Amino acid sequence: MGCFKIVVLAQRLPTLFSFRTVSSDPLVEIDNVTFAYDQRTILNGINLSIPKGKVVAIMGGSGCGKTTLLRLIGGQVRPSKGAVRVAGQVVNELKQDELYALRRKMGMLFQFGALFTDMSVFDNVAFQMREHTDLPESMIRDLVLMKLHAVGLRGAAHLLPSELSGGMARRVALARAIALDPMLMMYDEPFAGLDPISLGVIGQLIRRLNDALGATSIVVTHDVMESLAIVDYVYFVSAGSIVAEGTPEQIRASEMPFVHQFVKGEPDGPVPFHYPAPDYRDALVGGRNA
Amino acid sequence: MLDWGGRRISAIGAVLVNALMRAGFAARFLLAILLNSGTAFRRFGLTIREIYFTGVLSLIIILVSGLFVGMVLGLQGYDTLQRFGASEALGVLVSLSLVRELGPVVGGLLFASRAGSAITAEIGLMKATEQLSAMEMMAVNPIARVVGPRFWAGVISMPLLAAMFSAMGVLGGYVVGVLLIGVDSGSFWSQMQASVDFANDIMNGVIKSIVFGIAVSLIAVFEGYDADPTAEGVSGATTRTVVTSSLAILGLDFILTAFMFRGL
Repeated sequence: MGCFKIVVLAQRLPTLFSFRTVSSDPLVEIDNVTFAYDQRTILNGINLSIPKGKVVAIMGGSGCGKTTLLRLIGGQVRPSKGAVRVAGQVVNELKQDELYALRRKMGMLFQFGALFTDMSVFDNVAFQMREHTDLPESMIRDLVLMKLHAVGLRGAAHLLPSELSGGMARRVALARAIALDPMLMMYDEPFAGLDPISLGVIGQLIRRLNDALGATSIVVTHDVMESLAIVDYVYFVSAGSIVAEGTPEQIRASEMPFVHQFVKGEPDGPVPFHYPAPDYRDALVGGRNA
Repeated sequence: MLDWGGRRISAIGAVLVNALMRAGFAARFLLAILLNSGTAFRRFGLTIREIYFTGVLSLIIILVSGLFVGMVLGLQGYDTLQRFGASEALGVLVSLSLVRELGPVVGGLLFASRAGSAITAEIGLMKATEQLSAMEMMAVNPIARVVGPRFWAGVISMPLLAAMFSAMGVLGGYVVGVLLIGVDSGSFWSQMQASVDFANDIMNGVIKSIVFGIAVSLIAVFEGYDADPTAEGVSGATTRTVVTSSLAILGLDFILTAFMFRGL
């Protein structure tokens, strides 16, 4: 019976990719969150909401706190102030077993895949199934092959992570992240370091898998064009705060200096090209006199 | 002058406080390992796999070192004993030196440099490449899944390796003393059998090697887990594992020896 269901689901996968589940109920709410490492404030009173079924991008320059936001949502770090809610549960107040129960409904794609290097592609994808379910090995095999097929790497099941290209590793990590059909997918810089073909493939997979699984996705990135093509909504983070938000169309049309600089990729603007330094002339002349 | 002295005292204080803090973290880490050891025993296959990597793959260096240490003991022991007309006691000297001291201590030092450093580097690299974070995000506790099996594999492997080191050492002593120099074979074995006490000598050696196994394994997994997730961080952690483990073995050996053999 179980195998029959899997076969039916496998047959439906291509058609599943064609519908979208969109709801306005928030799955993730970040309520006035402040986070600091030691004395250094990373996030300062952030508020944002991720609706169910949507793909939402969080954009901003390097070191602005985007990845920290993902870590807060995943409960890997706790905020100094405020609350992070996922599916109605306050993540920062959960005990470890409650947090682990919630994480079973989450998937995360790390920047460089974070595949287990001592396991094959197949075992990487099977990892969560073996850890969290009592499924027989034959069924795990079918499920793993389905997940790998969905990312186009069924034929690479026997390879080791060291034998994969960057784009392939990212796709295997994606297959591993969706192994237990999560309700929330988080992507940490999914486009970083990829060639244009892999970049397009990953972008389309994020969108299609989100819609097929009826999941909600958060994409942390600074890759503007690729992410604007696949997301429903965008938040811009700068200096630990949300400085702009909107749909991709609104973002493209925005005249706000920060957004304009970011979208156009201009070297100077509200985000300065030069790291703060004393006057250039003084530095040169002063250095010579000294 | 006062300023210079003050800065020195302050620096020494900072080093001591830092060392104490790390010792505290290590103690809490050990507690966490013990509390999460269920996986290592429930799914013993994970621990067996680590025993292969830490124990079986250390066999070559342990056996070869044991053989040579035993051969050197045979040569040096014979040279000293024959001056007093006691060369027949060579077997006793070789075996007691090995089971009481050299087996656990040299075995432990070799284990720290071969297996301890490998454990630290592996866990440190898993941290640097976000594999541990990925595991946490998959609701799998890395202390239970990664650290626990490696820790227990070290604790189980160490006494076995020390025993094999001692056995090979005795064999090396036999080869040099009996086969090459010509000490009487019967005296070699019978005096050894008569003088080596199971409870006082062999078991004390086993206890030492278990304690060294716990110390080296704890230091190795702690340094790996606590390593900065960078190339320098992992390299520094690996070095610290070897240095700290070696010092811990030597220090613990003195303390254990003082307790075990004070009445003899």
